[in-house]
Amino acid sequence: MTKKILMCGNEACGEGAMLAGCTFYAGYPITPQNELIAYMAKRLIDTGGTFVQAESEIAAINMVLGASAAGFRAMTSSSSPGVSLKQEGISYMAGCELPGVIVNIQRGGPGLGNIAPAQGDYFQSVKGGGHGDYNIIVLAPASAQELLDHTSLAFDLSDKYRNPALVLGDGLLGQMMEPVEIRTQSPGNNIRNKPWALTGCAGRRPNVLKSLFLGDGALEAHNIKLQQKYKTIKDTEVRVDITNPKDSEIMIVAYGSAARISKAAILKARAKGIKAGLVRPITLWPFPQGAISAIADRVKKFLVVEMSSGQMVEDVRLSVCGKAKVDFYGRTGGGIPTEDEILAQIEKVVLVHSP
Amino acid sequence: MKKKTKKIKKERIQEANRVFTRPASMRDVDNHFCAGCGHGIIHRLVCEAIDELGIREKVIAIAPVGCAVIAYEYWDFDVTEAPHGRTPAVATGIKRVRPNSIVFTYQGDGDLAAIGTAETIHAANRGENITIIFVNNGVYGMTGGQMAPTSLAGQKTATTVYGRSLRREGYPIRMLEILAPLPGARYLERVSVHSAHETLRAKRAIIKAFKTQVEGKGFSMVEVLSMCPTYWGMSPIKAAERIRSDVATFYPLGVVKTY
Repeated sequence: MTKKILMCGNEACGEGAMLAGCTFYAGYPITPQNELIAYMAKRLIDTGGTFVQAESEIAAINMVLGASAAGFRAMTSSSSPGVSLKQEGISYMAGCELPGVIVNIQRGGPGLGNIAPAQGDYFQSVKGGGHGDYNIIVLAPASAQELLDHTSLAFDLSDKYRNPALVLGDGLLGQMMEPVEIRTQSPGNNIRNKPWALTGCAGRRPNVLKSLFLGDGALEAHNIKLQQKYKTIKDTEVRVDITNPKDSEIMIVAYGSAARISKAAILKARAKGIKAGLVRPITLWPFPQGAISAIADRVKKFLVVEMSSGQMVEDVRLSVCGKAKVDFYGRTGGGIPTEDEILAQIEKVVLVHSP
Repeated sequence: MKKKTKKIKKERIQEANRVFTRPASMRDVDNHFCAGCGHGIIHRLVCEAIDELGIREKVIAIAPVGCAVIAYEYWDFDVTEAPHGRTPAVATGIKRVRPNSIVFTYQGDGDLAAIGTAETIHAANRGENITIIFVNNGVYGMTGGQMAPTSLAGQKTATTVYGRSLRREGYPIRMLEILAPLPGARYLERVSVHSAHETLRAKRAIIKAFKTQVEGKGFSMVEVLSMCPTYWGMSPIKAAERIRSDVATFYPLGVVKTY
């Protein structure tokens, strides 16, 4: 059974968490994600779950760490400056192999920046973010619907791999209102298959959750185990949406809001006779390296579009690995590229590299 | 002949005379604490309290960052670690989703009164139904004896080489007295483990704190004054004497708040 209602992306994200059986949320107010914390406050209290307005983003992520350690589906959300504060907790969760969902509705940075949409937190999200040798699963929604769907998915992946998962949106997606289909789904079972969870040691040996390994070689062994898990995730969980894969002479690579705008730009380009396509990574980590590499065997022109000064473009270049020319167009500090700006870049790239 | 006597003696102890054993909640392993350190005693008191209340299978503990970081090696119940100072926030998350569990944190003065001050105050102010065992030995032990927020005026440490200057480093912080005005904080008591007499009182306070939680009355915290002979630069006996003469003068023992 489905129903369609009009809601903003932040609320859709909250509903995605509720559908996934999230029973614990802790957060701290920050623009532009405030609709999400308000939504969770109401929905969780109405349904008998737990909502805590924490004293800081640091406390919020650690409350999530605790609820997750106790075996429950837990989430926190924030925007860029607040997500920086959460990195310590995320690193501990990765080290302790704890699931948990973090939502980052990005805004302009660095520092306090502004409250406009941006994609400046790509490096922080996909390259570890906190200290240590780890990765978290990163999903990049491009609509209110996907904010709902990807948040639900984030819980499933997070539990499946005992690893934190991050939903990387931005202020545009969070604030924009769109029709959203609420799909009735079976909520994830909170303590299903979580024999490691802290429940009190009745009838079993005590459980210990830790990221500290002081013994000679113990931490290296733990890291090798984590890396094996990351390899499984890379092999299994890549998600990518490719438009016009067959006949394109130029491929845009963009995620989130930038992909949404780029999709309109490739339609305009095709109307002008330029065969343009779009690669939209849905998982930013694991990155769709294989898909991009395969396309680069045939397509020789790539244009990466980001709402940053160029972060994901590095991963596109690593994927293309010299097989094609990779150009970049970005707006930063809360600037949003228009369809026409992107179209002009497409024309420039096609023209410059044409024989 | 001599050997035989020894054997008989051992058997007698096992069969008839054993009046003191390891608490069931404590693992049968050696600990890493220095000679004369108070942590071993306090670890044991916590386990004795848990055994006497019969709550071992309901306990979820949160170990701090500091000398007690590997408490889970010594305790035989469910334990998680927490980032430095975030211990009460982690406890909040656990207790909120598992209200029937008995959730306690074990924290040092750096963890609780410096890096985790905000988490401590807000957990107390929300009236979280958790218990905090706060070990105050006035120094950062794990990292090599630096000044703690609780170091006394004039105390020489690795970072106050000429003694803690009130002008330069500010005053030692009394956490229980800071928490006392908060309505959410229900039971606050300061005890010490520098003598057998005070150790028995400490155990009673820890039992009372757990009972406060079991009865759903809200936030409880026991501050335990503890010896650090290594970084106080004195013998265990002199360290215990320093608590009586100096430390307990600034941090008075007794109930700060009760219900």
